[in-house]
Formats: sequence, structure tokens, C-alpha cells
Amino acid sequence: MAVTSLLPPVGAIRSDLESIVDWVEPGARVLDVGCGDGELLHALIHRKQVDGRGIELSMDGVRASVARGLAVIQGDADTDLKDYPSGGFDYVVLSQTLQATRNPRTVLDHLVRIGRHAIVSVPNFGYWRVRTDLLLRGRMPVTDRLGHEWYETPNIHFCTIADMVALCQDMGIAIERSLILGADDRPVTAPADSFRANWLGVQSVFLLQRS
Amino acid sequence: MTVAYDTPSQDPSDRAISGPAGTIRLGTAEPLVLDSGGSLSGFRLAYRTYGTLNTDRSNAVLVCHALTGDQYVAEQHPVTGKPGWWDLMVGPGRPVDTDRFFVICSNVIGGCMGSEGPKETDAATGTPWALNFPVITIADMVRAQKMLIDHLGIDQLFCVIGGSMGGMQVLQWAVSYPEKVYCCLPIATAARHSAQNIAFHEVGRQAIMADPEWRLGDYLNQGTRPTKGLSVARMAAHITYLSEPALHRKFGRNLQDRKSITFGFDADFQVESYLRYQGISFVERFDANSYLYITRAMDYFDLAADHGGVLANAFRVPGPDGRLIGTPVKFCVISFSSDWLFPTSESRALIHALNAVAANVSFVEVETDKGHDAFLLDVPEFYQVARGFIEGHAARRGLAAKVG
Repeated sequence: MAVTSLLPPVGAIRSDLESIVDWVEPGARVLDVGCGDGELLHALIHRKQVDGRGIELSMDGVRASVARGLAVIQGDADTDLKDYPSGGFDYVVLSQTLQATRNPRTVLDHLVRIGRHAIVSVPNFGYWRVRTDLLLRGRMPVTDRLGHEWYETPNIHFCTIADMVALCQDMGIAIERSLILGADDRPVTAPADSFRANWLGVQSVFLLQRS
Repeated sequence: MTVAYDTPSQDPSDRAISGPAGTIRLGTAEPLVLDSGGSLSGFRLAYRTYGTLNTDRSNAVLVCHALTGDQYVAEQHPVTGKPGWWDLMVGPGRPVDTDRFFVICSNVIGGCMGSEGPKETDAATGTPWALNFPVITIADMVRAQKMLIDHLGIDQLFCVIGGSMGGMQVLQWAVSYPEKVYCCLPIATAARHSAQNIAFHEVGRQAIMADPEWRLGDYLNQGTRPTKGLSVARMAAHITYLSEPALHRKFGRNLQDRKSITFGFDADFQVESYLRYQGISFVERFDANSYLYITRAMDYFDLAADHGGVLANAFRVPGPDGRLIGTPVKFCVISFSSDWLFPTSESRALIHALNAVAANVSFVEVETDKGHDAFLLDVPEFYQVARGFIEGHAARRGLAAKVG
């Protein structure tokens, strides 16, 4: 019996997750790092018939994922990725989590080591509202995507789209594909390394590969 | 395999096996070959079953008991009168739902609740085995269980589940018979027994052997019982099953039935009284030599050592083209944050190895201050995870929600 027929239908998912589902090849092996309650994995298994695994820090998230029949390990992107063999997955996904890791560069390095491809989505600290907030109000910005006050934010390593592009270049990681999502999750048609992308993008999704 | 019955309660050829079973003799045609080099022929295995085996025999769940457990997993214990030792996990509507699954639990060989062990009579001599019983291993226990499963006509177990030493058996099942296990839950366990745990076991064994009533293990023939030694062994072990916060919460420094300390060696403190009670009640239901044998089996457990020192290799199986691939068994590994006997680091080592072979594995560390014993206690998050895993895979396996 096909696994998919047993799963309930998948409703609307977050827009960055939607593009991740689009990008993943059917039947691939996928590791979702910071998988939360397994929403993306569930969608990938249902719609792309992937062999999916997850890592999640919170016990509640793992519990919810396991209860959905997903293979999820309680763990920390900062400390546990080193235990994964190189090339073990077709895709390693890190969605809205890189900015919350202690050592984003090391994490990114592991992503492109473990996966043939890495898919990384990050909030853009270069978004014009964020910039003007800081410029005009002189206060740390709080937006939909960056919804915490500075003293309680889990996001300890903010970056802009331009910063991500530069880091990838520095690490020898090829950006195979990118998607810039602006206000109301509308795609911004601009290359990732453009001023326009960095000014209008609320968040970005990158398909990466070690070059 | 030919089998003879001591106390058959039901014809095993009956397709709808349900209800309690008894003690069977296995290994009459071919003996159980032991890791020690010895063998057991026509050995007894005592087991209980719950629920109904479905027509394609795909809903069997094997529950493996811990060091001092037995086959009475989900029913009143015949000696102590207490409820089944895992009635929070196994029963109607429980995570291991006896309305859905056919549950089997057998007393390990070396045990003392009817399975072949040092307390039972050696047919060759007509006297109790005592220390003439061969030293057994976790793998030997599992081999005996496999013979029972074969006898019951079950080709593949849907699930194997157990905590502590039960978890060791679960892992051994997955390693020895990967094609016979669909999914498994090794709980509060490890792929090897640590030096600290061997040390605690040694304390227990020395307590038993220091009891003059032990008589070099020959107490059954000499009409004595090393209850003091076994009781002390249990007291020491029991501390390791708890945690400092749990002990403090339960007893603190509270005094037992007295207003002040007595400046003597009575059980002034509640915790002393509690431990003494644990020790005394234990000897009523457990055999001292069994305690020696089973603790030894745990000490010898080391899956990596059996596979060239690389734990991951224990979980590789030959693929269709003969090349080694990751095990097909699906794992749900669970540890408890305050368990210092089988700490989370042991589970993580296991996860590491399973990841290395790209096995299908879930892992949760459940937050609790109840220590190692948490797997037997009311820790709702633990049962939620177990239920989620079992139900998810039962759906994938296409098992009906109710047999019948």
C-alpha cells in the first residue's frame, strides 16, 4: 500500500515551505533540520514521496512529528550534524533556523556536506522596513518574520540576503537557485545578489550545492 | 520444531491464539546453542499472551522485560498480587493496545518465573541447576524468544518493545533478526553495559555471595535462602533506578514513625524504611542465583564488540545485491533526562550508529525527574511518544484498529 494514501491531505503550508516542496525531486532522501512539528516533512512525503527524516530541538516538536509517523530525532543543529555521514541525503533542509544557530557557518558547511543539495531559508535583515526601522526609530526592528524583542530573540545571527550570498561565495558554495519573497509572500523577481532583492525581500530561499 | 508442553492452556495450532499461555518446552529437536558454547535442550519457556493474533499473523508485539521483571506484563502478578508491571503501556486502549495487537511476553531464560534457569530442575540430575546452569547472554535470551515466535507461527513481529534490559533485548532482536522485526522501541537502554553499571551489578552479586545462606549457590539443595544478600543487592540497585530529586521529593529527610532520631541503627529515615521494604519484598518473588545470572548477561552485553568494535556495523544487513545496507527496522529510541543508569548519552551513541547506516529512527529524551524507573511510571509524554510511533507504523503496516 502506498504510504501517501494513509496520510491526511496536506493543507496550506508556509510559503517558503511551499517552494521547498516544489524544488525537491520526487522520491529523494530528505533531512529536515529543525523540522518543528513535521509540517514540511509531512508535505514532502505526501506530495513528493520522499524518504524523509527530521531533527528537532523541542520535545513537543519531536512528539508531534513522531505521532505523525515521521522519523524525527531530538537534537541540535549546532551539535548533532557532525554525526551524519557525508552525502547521506539528497537534500538537507534548514528552514528559518540558520539565524538561530550558534555557529551558522559550521552548520552551513555540514548542510552541504551531508546533502547533495541544501535548501536554506532565512529572514532578510536587509529588508527596507527593517532598515528604516533601525534608521528612523533607532530601535531594533520587530517584524512579522522577526517577531521578537532583541532581549528574547532566538535569532542570534541576523544576516541579509547580500550577507548570505557573500558567505556562500566565501565558502565555495554554489547558489543553484533562489527565491526572494517580499511583502505578503509575493515573489520578488530579482537575482539574489541584486540590491532590489536585498531591499524588497522579507525572506529568501536558497538551493545550495558545494561547488 | 517439535514441542512438548508442561502446562498447555491452549492448543497453539489454534489460529486465533489469545489469552494467557503457559510454559512450553522448546529446543527439543534442535537445542538452543548458547554464546558460552553450551546448549540447552528441551528447555522451559514461560510466557503470557494478550489479545488476538490476526489472520495474516502480522499484529504480534513482543514485550521484553527488564532485570527483575517477568511475563506478567499486563495482569495481576500471581506471587505479589500487584497489577501487571507495564499495565500503563500494555492493555486495552493502551499504547500497546491489546484490542489491536497480539502481545507476547516471556520470562527470560535464566529467570525464575518458570523459564529454564538456576532455580529449575536440571533433568539430567533431578536437582536444581543452581550454578550448574550455563551462563547466558542477552543474545541467548533472544534466541529462546525467537524459538517461541517460530513456534507460534509468527514470521515477523510488528513490534518489539522493552526498557532497560528489555531494551537490550529489543536491540538484540533488531540486530540478530532484522527481517523479523517491523519496528521497535528500545527504551532507557544502551548498546552496551557501562563500567559503572557493571560495578553496581558486582556490588549486588557480592552481597548475595557474601550471604552465608548462599552456600556457593547450592542453597536450594541445602534448604537455606540467601535473603539478606539478595535484599541488599536489591536495595543498592533500587537506588540506581531513581534520581536524587525523585528520592528527595518522595522522602526528603523525613523520619519514619518517630519524632526524632534515635541515635541507633534502626530505620530512622523514611528512605531507609522504604529501601528495606523494597529489599524484603523482592526476595519473596526472586531467586538469588537468577539475579547473578541475569545481571551477568547484562554485563556481557556489547553490540559493538560483537561487530568489530563498530556499533553501526551491527545495523548493516545484506541488500538485494549482496552489498551491506542499513537495517530495515524502524526505531523509536526513548531516554529519560534524569536516568543516570542508562543516560541519554547512551541513546545518542545508538542514534549516531543508526544514522550512520541511514536507518529510520526517531529519538526523544523525555524530561522527567523520575530516573531510570520512569519507563515504568506515569510519565504522560513518554506514553504519548510511544503511542504516536506505534500507531503511525501500525497504520503503515495496514493493521486494523481492532482485531476481529
